[in-house]
Amino acid sequence: MTRKRQRLVLVGVAMLLLGGAAALVLNAFSDSLVFFYSPSDLAAKDVPVGRVVRVGGLVEEGSVTRGSDGATVHFRITDLARTVSVTYAGVLPDLFREGQGVVAEGKLDAGGDFFADSVLAKHDETYMPPEVAEALRKQGTWRGAEAAEPSP
Amino acid sequence: MAAGHAILAPMLHRFANPARFSRISRAILPWVAAATAILFAIGLYLALVAAPPDYQQGETVRIMYVHVPAAWMSLSVYALVALASAVALIWRHPLADLVAKSASPLGAAFTFIALVTGSLWGKPMWGAWWVWDARLTSMLILFFLYLGHIALLNAFDDPQRGNRAAAILALLGVVNLPIIKFSVDWWNTLHQPASVFRMGGPSIDPAMLRPLLVMALAFLGYFVCLLLIGVRADLAAARRRAQQLERAG
Repeated sequence: MTRKRQRLVLVGVAMLLLGGAAALVLNAFSDSLVFFYSPSDLAAKDVPVGRVVRVGGLVEEGSVTRGSDGATVHFRITDLARTVSVTYAGVLPDLFREGQGVVAEGKLDAGGDFFADSVLAKHDETYMPPEVAEALRKQGTWRGAEAAEPSP
Repeated sequence: MAAGHAILAPMLHRFANPARFSRISRAILPWVAAATAILFAIGLYLALVAAPPDYQQGETVRIMYVHVPAAWMSLSVYALVALASAVALIWRHPLADLVAKSASPLGAAFTFIALVTGSLWGKPMWGAWWVWDARLTSMLILFFLYLGHIALLNAFDDPQRGNRAAAILALLGVVNLPIIKFSVDWWNTLHQPASVFRMGGPSIDPAMLRPLLVMALAFLGYFVCLLLIGVRADLAAARRRAQQLERAG
């Protein structure tokens, strides 16, 4: 075996070991690598009251109501299996609307309601001109942001 | 592995000859530069004027035409740096060291552009300049890997040792590339999944995909130009050092 061949094998084996180690570590920590929990995750995890967590999903159609003070918003986040009721007082991102993906950061109270300190909008990977979106909507073949992504 | 070695090694010998590299690079550099200028002119017009707004994001979507090519380049350049590092470590080709050395700051710049434009895009769309989700964090790590690589290159009095240490770091950092690419599929992230290189074809309208691809080619041409100039400059410096040594000796 020449020196070059030896170095080739050494580098190859080192890369394989490194890749394997990285895969194991990432797999072990995958729970803390997620940016948000879905409502189903939240129910399954039994998150303690008062712990700051993020919950993400779609804003349920017809669930958005404004409080009497004009600043407070109530809505429900759904992953199409479970929902979480969210209360938030503050500025919402422009993309916030019913059917849109959102990620809310805040705390659960004892009753299972979620009080958000911040709400971020999440959009999907579909890009198209407004006319195309309109045409799809007319044809009834719409599968855009509103339906595309029940968050995992 | 043996077959790969038998094919790869002679090919590398052919192209890694510094004199031949000088000749070829001098011949193609003006053409690549001209093509890059034309691609940028067409790409910027298509992206900023001709392309339609997005149905959700409106005109803000135009940030994509800089952000996405920069992000693609940041990953591709890192792959090149790692490949050149492997060639330098295993076959000890001096030209491979020069390629890694010239490419690394360019990759760092592309990563920086991707991070900054992403931040400018995140504020109006998501409502945050920055979040610690898996995609954004792994891109920040890529930026630090580039900075570490550049620092290691210059950390030793003996450039050989610097090259060796930096090459090892570059190879270790390769683990980050699949993490960046698949972060949006493996974990919940605020960043949306891939729109172009995905199963089932692009989910981006052709009217927006075309300008994006032209801009990506322009970025690639720009990188190739700067890389060739950088490597040629390093070769010239090495030649001058050798001449000075000869004269002194």
